[in-house]
Amino acid sequence: MEQPKELMLYLHVPFCVRKCHYCDFLSSVHTDETRERYVQALCRELRVRGKEYSGRIVTSVFFGGGTPSLLSPAQILKILDTAREIFAFATNAEITMECNPGTISFQSKKMDQKGMATAEKQGKDAFDEKEKLAGYLAAGVNRLSLGLQSANDEELKLLGRIHDYETFLETYRLARKAGFTNINVDLMNALAGQTMESWKNTLERVLTLTPPPEHLSVYSLIVEEGTPFFEWNSQGRFTGKLQIPSEELDREMYAYTGKRLAQAGYQQYEISNYAREGYPCQHNYGYWTRKEYLGLGLGAASLLGNIRYANETDLERYLKDPLAGRSEQTLSRKEQMEEFAFLGLRTIRGVSRSTFQECFGENMDQYWRQVIEKNVADGLLMDDGEFIRLSARGLDLGNYVSAQFLL
Amino acid sequence: MSQIDQSKIRNFCIVAHIDHGKSTLADRIIEQTGLLTSREMQAQVLDNMDLERERGITIKAQAVRTVYKAKNGEEYIFNLIDTPGHVDFNYEVSRSLAACDGAILVVDAAQGIEAQTLANVYLALDHDLDVFPVINKIDLPSAEPQRVIEEIEDVIGIEAQDAPLISAKNGINIDQVLEQIVQKIPAPKGSPTAPLKALIFDCVYDSYKGVIVFCRIMEGTVKKGTEILMMATGAKEEVVEVGYFGAGQFIPCDELSAGMVGYITASIKNVKDTAVGDTVTDAKNPCKEPLPGYKKVLSMVYCGIYPADGAKYPDLRDALEKLQLNDASLFYEPETSIALGFGFRCGFLGLLHLEIIQERLEREYNLDLVTTAPGVVYKVHKTNGEVIELTNPSNLPDPSEIEYMEEPIVNAEIMVTSEFIGSIMTLCQERRGRYLGTEYIEANRALLKYELPLNEIIYDFFDALKSRSRGYASFDYDIKGYETSKLVKLDILINKEEVDALSFIVHADSAYERGRKMCEKLKDEIPRHLFEIPIQAAIGGKVIARETVKAMRKDVLAKCYGGDITRKKKLLEKQKEGKKRMRQIGNVEIPQKAFMSVLKLDDRD
Repeated sequence: MEQPKELMLYLHVPFCVRKCHYCDFLSSVHTDETRERYVQALCRELRVRGKEYSGRIVTSVFFGGGTPSLLSPAQILKILDTAREIFAFATNAEITMECNPGTISFQSKKMDQKGMATAEKQGKDAFDEKEKLAGYLAAGVNRLSLGLQSANDEELKLLGRIHDYETFLETYRLARKAGFTNINVDLMNALAGQTMESWKNTLERVLTLTPPPEHLSVYSLIVEEGTPFFEWNSQGRFTGKLQIPSEELDREMYAYTGKRLAQAGYQQYEISNYAREGYPCQHNYGYWTRKEYLGLGLGAASLLGNIRYANETDLERYLKDPLAGRSEQTLSRKEQMEEFAFLGLRTIRGVSRSTFQECFGENMDQYWRQVIEKNVADGLLMDDGEFIRLSARGLDLGNYVSAQFLL
Repeated sequence: MSQIDQSKIRNFCIVAHIDHGKSTLADRIIEQTGLLTSREMQAQVLDNMDLERERGITIKAQAVRTVYKAKNGEEYIFNLIDTPGHVDFNYEVSRSLAACDGAILVVDAAQGIEAQTLANVYLALDHDLDVFPVINKIDLPSAEPQRVIEEIEDVIGIEAQDAPLISAKNGINIDQVLEQIVQKIPAPKGSPTAPLKALIFDCVYDSYKGVIVFCRIMEGTVKKGTEILMMATGAKEEVVEVGYFGAGQFIPCDELSAGMVGYITASIKNVKDTAVGDTVTDAKNPCKEPLPGYKKVLSMVYCGIYPADGAKYPDLRDALEKLQLNDASLFYEPETSIALGFGFRCGFLGLLHLEIIQERLEREYNLDLVTTAPGVVYKVHKTNGEVIELTNPSNLPDPSEIEYMEEPIVNAEIMVTSEFIGSIMTLCQERRGRYLGTEYIEANRALLKYELPLNEIIYDFFDALKSRSRGYASFDYDIKGYETSKLVKLDILINKEEVDALSFIVHADSAYERGRKMCEKLKDEIPRHLFEIPIQAAIGGKVIARETVKAMRKDVLAKCYGGDITRKKKLLEKQKEGKKRMRQIGNVEIPQKAFMSVLKLDDRD
């Protein structure tokens, strides 16, 4: 009998207590009432769009944001129950929820007044700390992704985070206590004013958590247009003590991170992701290997067959009709091949010749032999006959290499 | 068909300083002679090239024929021949003037006489044209028509008391201009029965009709079937069609006779057979001698033009050939560069002319070009007595073979209001100018006279002049001759390799400064590579300046989520697109624009 086709679900939660200073993701500050309307719209979208794919087996679910932990356990349960009515779930399905430490615990008194006040108003009455995390677990969430970013309170403040390090520690402790056994911690480096010492300190603090996280994501800060950081940068505020690390320092931090995390038992499996044995994120891995995913919610993207979709990005319009305003782009065969290469090259394993042959019925080398040879000669790619992957230097210059794979 | 009475024809042009309203007046004349209704009028009918419309200047001489019913009840045929106003295009002005019998001088009622007003009027008078003045922009608050009238009489010495006071923009008093065209511009002369003698003042290439020759018939008559002879090139063809110029279109007619302005097509295949300035005659009944040729103008500025894609070399050659057809002042010959491959060394009237040709090649012929630094023609006197006219710095002989070098010097006249005299004099001093004197036109306006080396003014002199006078200075020049000068060749080495296309000749005293700026500029233009790239400036093997492009350290997007994939793809595509605009030299990729932009070094950075 034929195996049912797999599907991943992405669910976007576009709400935040407050927008961080570097963030250009689709999110904003809203009331409890808007959130409830949103959950209803999302479930409606799920039911209608899901029907088309009802024979699929769901291997992973990812609640991303924004701040999904601004939804109550009951709301998360409602969404997951809706999904379970439509789809079969694999027994080992990975169900991840992104979580802001500032929405779980309010232990610290050192927090920025404004952030604190808003956070308290937004959530304190709604839940009991311990019950909230246990509630998510009971709803089916089995992987928690905690946005820490830095263990240095000054850096957190500059980033505009609503939590300090102590708040994170408390959240982490509560998560373990609630029973989460698969936790990711998000970190950022190359922050304005960050030194190598400060970065090392963040890493050490995270590695001494007990038990340490199963997974770490480490991103360098990108100053994106339309964020306060972009404004400040153009006003010249990131100079002197707040200097943004040079390309050279950024790469030193990156190299150090890889080395230190390897020592601590983490294996790098993607440009920015590190995991203990058995814990790479299935969902993210699916993106790099072009698995099909259905994205639901405001602005969510999908890849279904050879079509990429993007949902409506205006909240009011989405709430009115969550099915309207979706745009689509059919990928040509050439574009699919290009994606195969530039997404696959993000993984440490690299792109596989035999997988390419399976997907496209052609030999990969007929498209990229020269590019591969040149980049191997330049020391940016490694080729073992089956896999082609980025070398250590190639990881620093991933875009430079990938751009050459465009046909 | 009815004979056209020669006495009812007026062939004229409009001369003016740039921006004094020449093209607008032309539009009004066309409009008010009833050839077109207002609704049909596109703004500036005569400027039909996109490029001209965008820059607001007239590049190519063109002609239009209109019919005017004068107040005396007679109908007159007006042939209005448009001429460019910029100093670079004196040659084009000159050949257009030769086709006219008179000229309207347009002077701005606020600005009065400017440098190019004088240059163009003298050119018109040189061609024995009758000139009458028109004062434009009288509706401006700052208009001082009476002052300008006096200025015209004092400075140029032509009668101006009855000059029409007009606003071309708002259509005020255009009727007075039309009447004065009839009264003050003489009718053409010449016998329609004499042997054919026609002056080619322009031509264009049309893919259906072949070469279209624009001419003024001086003597005789030409019609379909006449076998014509081009006296200079010797080409013979049978006339397929004759006609005149409607607004933006060719209107065929039966014949063109003495005094008329029109076009001839003769299935001319080879563009080289038609030379602007040549005389057309009847092959069976030729005239005794050709008309005196136009004032031959030499190319003043040279640069290398290369196709970005080497395979497009033949396309570039065809395009240059076609452009040269209606722009005789464009010179080109094949050359080869180690860095850039096969291309052409091209000669121009000036930098504006160069930029216009470059843009026309890119737009009208869809070519992607690499242009090298513009330079002038140097005379190199070798120790063996030989004299070389150097147009390409790469061809400079070894210094040991050079006895001395000469560079072209111009006589420059700069019209400026007194408050800016100091800063303009400083500018001229910086550009190695030799002060000749100052003439006051009025109490607060002066004409500064300088001798300047041409190579100091071809890059950005005009821009500098404008910026240091808040746009008020105007400038004109003509070539004085050659003078001995201390010149050196500055070479640029990228990753230790000399890039021939970046070499240029410079005065020894400014070599260090220019070398340093050039390295700095290239450092900004050349993107980081996988390896470190030294950029050096050298004179005769001795390095005088150095910069380094550091090796690329980071080029990677840290985060990349599901929704980001389209965005990431766009980023990569942009990156790949950028690479296409690069020129590979050794193992270094240099952006195409670097070859040109390095020469636009603002002195006051």
